[in-house]
Amino acid sequence: MAERLSRKKIISPEKIFMGMTAIFSLSVLLISALVVYELFSASEPTFHKFGFKFLITKDWDPVQKVYGALPFIWGTFYTSFIALLIALPVSLGIAIFLSELAPAWLRSSVGFLIELLAAIPSLIFGLWGLFVLSPLLQQYIEPPLSNLSFLPFFTGYPLGLGFLNAGLLLAVMIIPTISSISRDVMYTVPANQREGGLALGMTRWEVVSKVVIPNSRSGILGAVVLGLGRALGETMAVTMVIGNTPQFSLSLLDPGYTISSAIANQFTEAFDKLQISALIELGLILFVISVIINAFAKLLMFRMNRFSGGARI
Amino acid sequence: MKTDFRYIRRKVFGTMMLGLSLLAALAAVSMLFWILGYTFVKGISAVNLDFFTKLPTPVGVPGGGLANSIVGSIIVVGMAAMMAIPVGIATAIYLSEYGRGAFASTVRFVSDVLAGVPAIVAGIVAYALVVTRMHRFSAFSGSVSLALLMLPIIIRSSEEIFRTVPDTLREASFALGVPKWKTILSIVLKTASGGLVTGTILAIARVGGEAAPLLFTSFSNSFWNFNPGQPIATLPVDLFNYSISPYRDWQQKAWAAALVLVGMVLVLNISARLYLARKGFKRNG
Amino acid sequence: MKNVLMIAAAAMLIAASVSTASAMTLNAAGATFPYPLYSKWFYSYAKQTGTRINYAAIGSGAGIQQIEARTIDFGCSDAPLPGGVQRKNNLFMFPTVGGAVAMAYNLPGVRTGLKLLPSTIADIYLGKVRKWNDPEITRLNPGVNFPNMPVIVVHRSDGSGTTNIFTWFLSDVSPAWRQRVGSGTSVNWPVGLGGKGNQGVAGTIQKTRGAFGYVELAYVLQSGMTYAALKNKSGNWVYPSLANAREAASHAKIPPDFYIKFTNSPGKNSYPIAGFTFMLVPKNLAPAKAAAVKSYVKWAYTNGDKDALSLDYVPLPARLKTRILNELDRQVK
Repeated sequence: MAERLSRKKIISPEKIFMGMTAIFSLSVLLISALVVYELFSASEPTFHKFGFKFLITKDWDPVQKVYGALPFIWGTFYTSFIALLIALPVSLGIAIFLSELAPAWLRSSVGFLIELLAAIPSLIFGLWGLFVLSPLLQQYIEPPLSNLSFLPFFTGYPLGLGFLNAGLLLAVMIIPTISSISRDVMYTVPANQREGGLALGMTRWEVVSKVVIPNSRSGILGAVVLGLGRALGETMAVTMVIGNTPQFSLSLLDPGYTISSAIANQFTEAFDKLQISALIELGLILFVISVIINAFAKLLMFRMNRFSGGARI
Repeated sequence: MKTDFRYIRRKVFGTMMLGLSLLAALAAVSMLFWILGYTFVKGISAVNLDFFTKLPTPVGVPGGGLANSIVGSIIVVGMAAMMAIPVGIATAIYLSEYGRGAFASTVRFVSDVLAGVPAIVAGIVAYALVVTRMHRFSAFSGSVSLALLMLPIIIRSSEEIFRTVPDTLREASFALGVPKWKTILSIVLKTASGGLVTGTILAIARVGGEAAPLLFTSFSNSFWNFNPGQPIATLPVDLFNYSISPYRDWQQKAWAAALVLVGMVLVLNISARLYLARKGFKRNG
Repeated sequence: MKNVLMIAAAAMLIAASVSTASAMTLNAAGATFPYPLYSKWFYSYAKQTGTRINYAAIGSGAGIQQIEARTIDFGCSDAPLPGGVQRKNNLFMFPTVGGAVAMAYNLPGVRTGLKLLPSTIADIYLGKVRKWNDPEITRLNPGVNFPNMPVIVVHRSDGSGTTNIFTWFLSDVSPAWRQRVGSGTSVNWPVGLGGKGNQGVAGTIQKTRGAFGYVELAYVLQSGMTYAALKNKSGNWVYPSLANAREAASHAKIPPDFYIKFTNSPGKNSYPIAGFTFMLVPKNLAPAKAAAVKSYVKWAYTNGDKDALSLDYVPLPARLKTRILNELDRQVK
């Protein structure tokens, strides 16, 4: 009797619906596990040959069949960091403008235009970066920056190609993602909270910075994580403008290399099986980097919400 | 007096900051026009009727178009969307409406991680999963790789949108005795539809221009193909191949392909908005 | 969203009702360098015979992978496969057409025709010569006003047959290069910026003052870049041109596995940086497909030279073509 009752409970439409959505969620885990498995099994030869050394050596020589990933890892972090440094304030500015300032007619059209930026193929960004942005950087932006060469960020010869160009391009590419999600989240801060702030004698900006942004921070962080995901994995655009030189440098003017550019550059033309395996292991490393960054974001969320409650991590 | 002065200072500072936000929006929009304008100037001369109706011709043979790749792109991206949208939105529903425990946060975490997978790696995975098993390149395998890229974007943006649906709406529905699952389907999904469309279009826009994952999956085809099990031409792959050729003729076609890609997203975006507006949904996003 | 779904659904309905073409279709993939010419050949060939060849320029390495996995009917590669690897994978390899590599530069006020010794090019790529007014460069070019500017070395960042030919050449002319770097489709460059594809290298050179790099000849000619004259093995100054590359090809030694390399070739006007692109056919291809491939190759060798020359490719010497056709008949049944 009790058994029949509980069975009846189990097949209630509520459970079915929830169960179905849960199964779809589970499929996301399975898909990711599959991705990791494929990457793992294909990078087995380099694991076997180089082991941990792959991560901490810097020579990449397909002729000698020696592979080390360190400069690529550095370039990936550094370009994404620069991109975020530029894109975050700009995206927040856009989101604030759209949710707080713009009249309704401007709101949807400007939002739409910025989303359109996401539709430009990344190869086009790359060609634009190479043919339009790089001469501008080389002639007008980088020479004055190189006067600051007492700072490690501005040493080197102005080439127009390198971390600065790649960071700028990436920033433009992730702005639509970060700004549109942030805007959507800011919209939802209830009007009475804004009015409350104004009633307390806050200026409009103070309402934005002390009410709207703190209320939206979890959504903004989600947006940043998504944007960062794109910056880390972006391939074609970066490859065209980074200069593809595997080296360590803090200088924005210097060329570098990223993991995804290495894969894009070499995967289709690799003749050596070990090289292909090394490239796939690079893909795996990118996956791990993505895990680390997401874990970091999660930790940040946790600390931010520790006292405010309603944490979503 | 003193407080007044301070208030003015705060006011000026605030106006300045808000001015900067206007500037940010202006900068992003001008960036779009700059890049689009550049593409337009480079490609517009190759956009003509032939471009939309004819099969490709080699360098120097006039009159060719990329009709097959335009259709091919629609098929590949369409199939990818059909795979990614149901899974993505259902997952987002679970995460925002039911998910509270460790399983939900794991799914959320993993899907965010998935967003960092580079396009070319998605191609490698789809190659290993589909092409090596089917022993041939196919439109379907290309869709799988694009779906892999779309999925995390759809999950994340949809979940953010579902969270913007006010709880008062849900509670009102519960109070009327509507079960939760019906509330989700009829109230939450409906309210969020505007934002869902935005998120989905962003995801389509994001992957529609990717060439890297398609090189080893949907391959390429100089002819018409409507069979998902066979190699198919797509705009981004043609764009890539044409852009690296030395000949002006093909380079122009590459820019034209870029223009058409952006145009397709534009049309998709506008038609989705018109559709929603006609249905009387308020735009959420 | 719905629109897309509907369009896709409609497309799939059409797919179900339209059967695939009944005429013979071959799938091929690989090398990017010959793609423009191949697409022209395939186009004309399909018009004349009805046989469709569907080619994807996915890269030489990928082309080899795919033909080894037999996901395609023949593969193409810009760098040759050694005989041992051919045998292991039961493949027959032969050249189809060639190309030359030009040394291009961007120096304000300096026109095409800068004279460079092969050893100087090696020294520049090894990072030994770093300035444009280095005596190694100025000595051979009296009357040219060289700026005191760094040489911004540009190379391909993607693996490429062009890089393979160029590093063959450097290894031929510089023992230091051979020892330190070697040759291949991608190498560990001592110095320089990497540009993706010919497009990337050409763009970087055109947009960067003081830049110097190797670019496929067709690219240089089509985009009007300035390029150097090199001293060849016979001691003559030669420009990269189809005629000079053809002369170099005519002096090529031809081993039985068709692993042909003719950089730094002898001959009065031979241009020293040139090479072939290759096609790989499984020896056990299905008979109908094998026959189709053979008749295509025969057709291309007989009718393809005009197209090749018009697109700045180097046709094979007639003698070599005959030999290949004989071997193709013998080895691919």
